[in-house]
Formats: sequence, structure tokens, C-alpha cells
Amino acid sequence: MPSRRPLARRARPVIGFSVIVLLLLMAWEGAKWVAGDPWRFESFLGTGIAINHTPPFRLTPFNDINLPHVWWIVEEFASVDARGTTTLAVLVGAGLFTLRNAAVGFAIGAVVGLGLAIVIVHVRFLERSLVPLLVVSQTIPIIAIAPLIVIGLRADWLGVAAVTSYLTFFPVTIAAIRGLRAFDPRAHELMTSYAADRRTVLWKLRLPSSTAYLFTAFKIAATGSIVGAIVGELPSGMSQGLARQILTGMQYYTLGPSYLWAAIVIASALGIGAFVLVTLVERWVLRDARPAESGAEA
Amino acid sequence: MTDTVIRSTGSPAGGPVVQLVDVSKVFGGSAGRVEALSAIDLSIASGEFVSLIGPSGCGKSTLLRIVGDLIPATDGTVTVNGKPARDARLDRDYGMVFQAPVLFDWRTVQKNVELPLEILRRPKPEREAKAQAMLELVELGSFADHRPWQLSGGMQQRVAIARALALDPAILLMDEPFGALDEMTRERMNLELLRIWDRTGTTVIFVTHSIPEAVFLSTRVVVMSARPGRITDVIEIDLPRDRNVETREMDRYFELVTRVREALRSGEGGSADASASARVRAEGLSA
Repeated sequence: MPSRRPLARRARPVIGFSVIVLLLLMAWEGAKWVAGDPWRFESFLGTGIAINHTPPFRLTPFNDINLPHVWWIVEEFASVDARGTTTLAVLVGAGLFTLRNAAVGFAIGAVVGLGLAIVIVHVRFLERSLVPLLVVSQTIPIIAIAPLIVIGLRADWLGVAAVTSYLTFFPVTIAAIRGLRAFDPRAHELMTSYAADRRTVLWKLRLPSSTAYLFTAFKIAATGSIVGAIVGELPSGMSQGLARQILTGMQYYTLGPSYLWAAIVIASALGIGAFVLVTLVERWVLRDARPAESGAEA
Repeated sequence: MTDTVIRSTGSPAGGPVVQLVDVSKVFGGSAGRVEALSAIDLSIASGEFVSLIGPSGCGKSTLLRIVGDLIPATDGTVTVNGKPARDARLDRDYGMVFQAPVLFDWRTVQKNVELPLEILRRPKPEREAKAQAMLELVELGSFADHRPWQLSGGMQQRVAIARALALDPAILLMDEPFGALDEMTRERMNLELLRIWDRTGTTVIFVTHSIPEAVFLSTRVVVMSARPGRITDVIEIDLPRDRNVETREMDRYFELVTRVREALRSGEGGSADASASARVRAEGLSA
């Protein structure tokens, strides 16, 4: 039973994640130490230690514009704008707005995606005629189609949700087509021997057998929904979401790169949050399922 | 002892429960035609326990699936309870048990047994009571809330039997149900199945590879041979109805095992003549 594991073992993934993030940050700063701009600090991070270091090499990707110091980004979160609001509060507020659009878009995408898959597995000729069309839909860059949807539909949360669902339905459809066929053929014979109709087979056999496929797709879609919502916000001219903050960060990048990086941090935090949320739901839904082989989780 | 073969629970005037007339099955298209079954005639009375035995590829599982209307026959007629097999399936006259238990992992043992009752939209109290009764019949009443994967292979197969019996089927179709179990469990399951058969009075068609199992369980053993699959012999098992561990040590039991084995061996090189005469005999026995 996963819930009864000792705390030390349950904390292990969190510790592992933190260690990896720490190593990445060290590599980041290490690269700057070796090939970044000169380090000139009179009092390093308020410790009173003066650092005066000139890296032996100079590489453009590691200079202060392209790769600002990690603590500059942290400081950016704490900095206050003209109205007295911290960047963190501004970005988290924008992030929550985007998250709401993403959630609606994810929900629409999941329902439409699953619905399409259900139709496709029941009407055989659709698989060869409709699926290629769905593939084509994904080859059009979302950035090109977003203005069409947002302006054409409505430049509000609904339009943004529509763009998001355009990005999220596809992985759900593809995975669900496989998942809905992943049942044990003998179980299908069993259902046939009970003269079960298609709807009963769908509810009692096909959908329950497809959960592993569905949740894998939901994880991809949930992460993608954040990207979709941001892309959808761009042409809508909405100012409340993360898209506007990212645009601002891009405009002022050469003056201060840390604002864009701060926005990126918030956007990835949203993506991770969406992923974790789906994982938690999956764990709850499959709480009584046969224990997976060790390491087969996630 | 032969009077115990046909049970009094079935209506003697009602005719056979299963009637196969000149049934054949051909798989594949014009290029790779495989004649799986040829000229099958068989009639099974109510309450009988009939085993189908034969080498791999003799079509015994195919025959079982044709009786259960899971696959259509290419030719011939299949009558079950006086109606076409398809109508019998739509009337839920069948209970199926496969070699694997085919239980749903996402359901508890109890809910697995309730599955057919759910499909028939029976009210919840009835479902629960029936499933509980069936689980008690297979002596798994205290495992209702377990998950299938927490049970041993033999226990899982008993759950599958409980599920198959939940609708009080007229016919129990069993496709090598104990083939994946070890010898000890298998012998215990055989006794268990006889006890259930005795209490429910259902008609059983049982596919097996095992000669001792077929002889021990059945009232009749139908011997089949391959390419094309056909009935080469039908052997009446006139052992006492009340069978137990000692039955396996009776002289008559050994005689019958030998008889089935010889029938299987002669079936391998059997000619069309032999199968035809066996068919006549089969009809004679079931009439």
C-alpha cells in the first residue's frame, strides 16, 4: 500500500528531485564561473564577502544577458513595481489566470479527445479517414492558428480555452484509441456471452482497461495545456495572463533579463503543478489496482 | 448405474438442451482455407456433463465457441434450448469459463461476480445477495472484498465459476478451465466442480486435454480428432454418480481411461469410415 510507506521512503523522490535541481543550478553558475561575464560583487548575497573574479573564457551563451545569475532571478521575484506589488505576486496572479484558461482548455480537450477516440474505435472506417486529418491538424503551428480561433471565436477566456484544447485533444485521442482496444480479448468474449451491448462493453470493459493509456495522455495534455493557454493569450491582447508578462519580459530583455526568466520559472511551475495534479488523480483512481512492477510508476 | 447419466431435473419430454446437426467450420479465405470442424453431430440432454477431448487443433474450443455463439458456424444448425444459439446467447442461457480466470482487476471479487447481473440491470440488493450466494457456493464467501490479484490461481478460477453461475445459466461452457493449474489444485477443483454441478443441476460442456479429468468428471466423453476436426467416438462414462477420491482408484475408472486413450489413438489415424460410424453411435446414445 503506497500510503503506508514510511515517510523516509516517500520523501525519497522529493529529495532526489531537489538534488538534481541543485546540481543543475550549480552547473548553471559553474558555466558562468568558467566562461561568463566577470563576477563583481562587493557583498556577495549580503554576506559581506567581496568577489572579484574574471572567468578564464568568454562564451556568449553564458554572459549575464543570456544566462543571468540565479540569485538575480530570485531577487527579481522580490522586487517591487510602481504600484508596490512584488514581481512574485504579479506573476503568480497572471499564472493563476493562465492556469484557469489552461484547465478549461484541458477539460475540453480531454472530453473531445476521448469522445473522438470512442467514435473512432466503434466506426472502423473513421480510423483511416479521420485520424490522418487529426494528424494534419497538429502539423499546423499552433501560433498560426491561435489568432484564427481567438479572434474568430471570442477574444476572451473561451477563445484561449479553445486554442488550448486544440493542443490537448490530440494526445488524448491517440492514446485513447489504443487504450480502448487494450482489453483482454477473452474479456470481450465474456461480455459477448452475456450479450452485453456496445455501451456496456465501453463502460464496463473498454474504459476501465484504458486507464493507464488515458492517464499517460492526460499528463502530456496537462503539461501542454499551459503552453496552449499562453499561446492562446498572445493574439487575444489579454493583459491578465502570463503571455503579457512574457511579452513584457521579452521587450525589456536586454535591460534586465531576469524578469523573463522569472516568468519562465512561474510557467514551468504551473506545468509541473498540472502534471503532479494529474498524477495524484491517477493514484487516487487506481488506488486499488494491482501493484505495478517496481519502477513502473509515473 | 446408467440411469444416473441423464438427470431427472431436465424435462425428459423437452428434448435435448444442445443439438448440433451437421455443423462445420472453415476459417480463412479462398487462399488459406482451414477446415476446423467437419460434419459434427451431437446432442446433449439436460443435466449432462459432456467433455470434449482431442489433440490440439481438433477444434474442440472452436466447437465450444460455436455452441456459445461466440463464433458462427460455417454450415449446419446449432439449437440450444429449442432455439438458435444466437437467441440462446441473447437470452443469457450461457455461462462461460475460460482457461484464464479473466477477472477484472479494477473490481473486487464480489463485484466481479456481480458483473453479469449488472449487465442485466438487476437491482442492487438482488445482485449483492446472488453474488454472495455464488461465492459461498465456491467457498470463497470471506474473500468478497479482496481483489482478484490477491487470490491464488485456483481461487481465481473459482471466482470465474461463481461469476458464470450468477445468471443460473442453462449451460455452462468451460474451455480448459483447470488447464493452467497444478495437478493437486486441479484434482481439488474437479471435486469442487462436481459438487457445484450436483447442486445446480446445470448442463456442462467441458473442453479438456486431460483424459483422467474427462473420465472423472463426465457423463459422456466426446473424442475428437484433427484436420478436419471431427467426432471419432463418444464414450459413455458409467461410473457411479457420486464420485470422490476413491473413484480414481476404481477398476472401471481405469478401464474407461484406457478406452478413451485408445479412442484418441485410433482417432489420429482414423478414416472417414470410423468417424461416420462413431457419428451413428453418438446419435444412437443421445437419442
